[in-house]
Amino acid sequence: MNILVILIPASLILGALGLIAFCWALRKGQFQDPDGNAARILTKDHDDAPPL
Amino acid sequence: MTDTAACPGCLARPADLAQPAVTPSQTLYVSLPQIHCAGCIAGVENTLTAIPGVASARVNLTQRRARIEAQGHIVTATLIAALTAKGYDARALNPEALAATQNDAAGRDLLLRLAIAGFATMNVMLLSVAVWSGATDATRQMFHWISAAIAVPAVAYAARPFFASAAAALMARRGNMDVPIAMAILLAMGHSIYEVLLGGHHAYFDAALSLTFFLLIGRYLDHCSRRAARSAADELAALEPPRATRITPKGDQQVAVDALAIGDMIRATPGTRLAIDGIIRRGRTDLDRALLTGEAMPAPATTGDAVHAGEIVLTGTLEVEVTQPAKHSTLNQLKSLVEVAERARSRYTSLADKAATAYVPLVHALAVLAFIGWYAATGDLRVALNIAVTVLIITCPCAMGLAIPAVSTVATSKLFRAGVLVKSATALERLCDIDTVIFDKTGTLTEGQPKLVNTVADAVLALAAGLGQGSAHPLSQALVAEAKTRDLTPTTVDNLQEHPGQGVSGTSQGRTVKLGNAAWLNTPEADGMATYLSDTRGQIHHFAFTDSLRDGAAKAVAALQTDGLKTVLLSGDRHANAARIAAEVGIPETLAEVTPAQKSTTIADRAGHTLMIGDGLNDTAALGAAHVSMSPAAAVDASRAVSDVVLMHGSLTRIPDTLSIARQARKRMQENLWLATAYNAIAIPIALAGFVTPLIAALAMSGSSIVVSLNALRIRSTP
Repeated sequence: MNILVILIPASLILGALGLIAFCWALRKGQFQDPDGNAARILTKDHDDAPPL
Repeated sequence: MTDTAACPGCLARPADLAQPAVTPSQTLYVSLPQIHCAGCIAGVENTLTAIPGVASARVNLTQRRARIEAQGHIVTATLIAALTAKGYDARALNPEALAATQNDAAGRDLLLRLAIAGFATMNVMLLSVAVWSGATDATRQMFHWISAAIAVPAVAYAARPFFASAAAALMARRGNMDVPIAMAILLAMGHSIYEVLLGGHHAYFDAALSLTFFLLIGRYLDHCSRRAARSAADELAALEPPRATRITPKGDQQVAVDALAIGDMIRATPGTRLAIDGIIRRGRTDLDRALLTGEAMPAPATTGDAVHAGEIVLTGTLEVEVTQPAKHSTLNQLKSLVEVAERARSRYTSLADKAATAYVPLVHALAVLAFIGWYAATGDLRVALNIAVTVLIITCPCAMGLAIPAVSTVATSKLFRAGVLVKSATALERLCDIDTVIFDKTGTLTEGQPKLVNTVADAVLALAAGLGQGSAHPLSQALVAEAKTRDLTPTTVDNLQEHPGQGVSGTSQGRTVKLGNAAWLNTPEADGMATYLSDTRGQIHHFAFTDSLRDGAAKAVAALQTDGLKTVLLSGDRHANAARIAAEVGIPETLAEVTPAQKSTTIADRAGHTLMIGDGLNDTAALGAAHVSMSPAAAVDASRAVSDVVLMHGSLTRIPDTLSIARQARKRMQENLWLATAYNAIAIPIALAGFVTPLIAALAMSGSSIVVSLNALRIRSTP
């Protein structure tokens, strides 16, 4: 059962990493224009990150 | 390749490398209601960046608008002209009014809370699985403590919207669905912490978190379903404020109408909508008053006549003396009429509120009874408290909280795809109550565009069309359009000259020809909308017009009548015109020559529930007074702002369609409430008997939420 000392923090840290990644994406405006992003991937034009 | 290719795969490179850098000094917004694909995005962005002085343009396809960074001298009108030339429908937006909604702060906030609740739920659920599978003593205690460490901050942050809403309701001495929700979450948390401190068997951290998570999903769905509609509504408020051309000794100036004072002179060119009330000091014109009075036929006006805000100058340039400041104009008086009407509209209790008022006291009474019963039977305070708390947790209206938002999300998104914008949260429910549909005439049932009705020889029509090309008057334009549909080439007319308020004159085959009103041509006037032509031999020809019906008008009226709804026509136009249109579409009851205030009181005095459909400024008060209101997309901003539902596409057959989807939605909402009640009817006895464990609570809660959501999705598949 001592393995729990490692496993539980490991699972929590991995989960937290996912959460942080999501918050980062939210702050960077990646959920501002989902329809547009779906369409833009089909164009040939160079496209930088969306402006905030 | 010497270029600095950013992507070796497609050889695309940053566009700004190819252009000299432009330092932007302002941000402009343009609304693009029609864009829908990748091609549109590229087209709009390329068109905009090609304009000198524009630094960058970014289209947001979700919000159907573009954001433009440009130098100070660029005005929105330039951008719109460029886009219109390329065939994109574009409208100006006021950047200040949009700033608040641009980032959708509320949506991001909800999404963040949802993410945190989801993360915490997953982790606590995993720990709970271990406890349910039989962890004991120290292991169970450790898992409970870890769960508490995750759950307490997560609930404190993620469930705040429910706490805030419940607190607000309690302050106002009302009950809403958030009161039992907040109570169940708080009790589950408090009870679990208490049990963990005492080393107890059952902790409900997972229940508190999954409750928060499911309910936040409901909230977020609700928010998303109305985001599209809300951003459209914001755009109405954000449309650029009206401006006027002021005549000053130093030349003409463009000023905001608020800056105009009594006695100022303004210039109005053909095609402008007047933004103030005043008196014509110089010039003759034809005024389109359809928005104010519902009259389809433009009225001539000349020096000394009064003009009102909202009227459109069709012909001739006017100099107008301002007689009322903008805030006292006819337009703004109508606005205050709307406010009065809206205040009078009885406060509607939604299905969710009705369910909550019935449900909340019942559940709380049951919990209290459970506590008293168990305390009397066992004399053990902890057991009695335990059972009372589990009753409250298991009866938490999680499914009820989802029951209505899930349905309205599915229904509004289905309507949105069909071109119907539902702006108000309770509009779908209110639509089910109506027994009478009241139509406005001009612009709602009819196109507001005259159409030639009498038989005219081709040669005569060709001459009339030749003259008509010289004027923006709707009757001239109707003649030109009719000639086009008959494949006639308009006769060449020289020396075309427009006589505002009278007609058009010119020369053909060396003789004077005239197209204009009866008085100008010295001929007796016929009934209804008509214009007259004096040909090369001086002979007078008569053209009669009618306002053509909007697509699907008769079909929509027929469908509504089969549905058992009464239909009424309410118009500001003359009796004869209103009666003719009513007969054409099959409406039995007609009220004509009514003023805006009368329209509003007519609706307020009618028994039963009315649906008002109108587009003009003269309808806004009536729209506000009706039980539900609809307006077509071409309506004036004020009407669309007051309406609950906006029809984005031309056909009126969307009205019966919307009604049938609203009825389906209400049926599903009621079913969902019954499902949620049925689940409670099973769960409450188990809780009262003291058999509920955290596992049962978690299963029951997720199970009922999923059933309710699936039931809501059925609307999508029904035609």
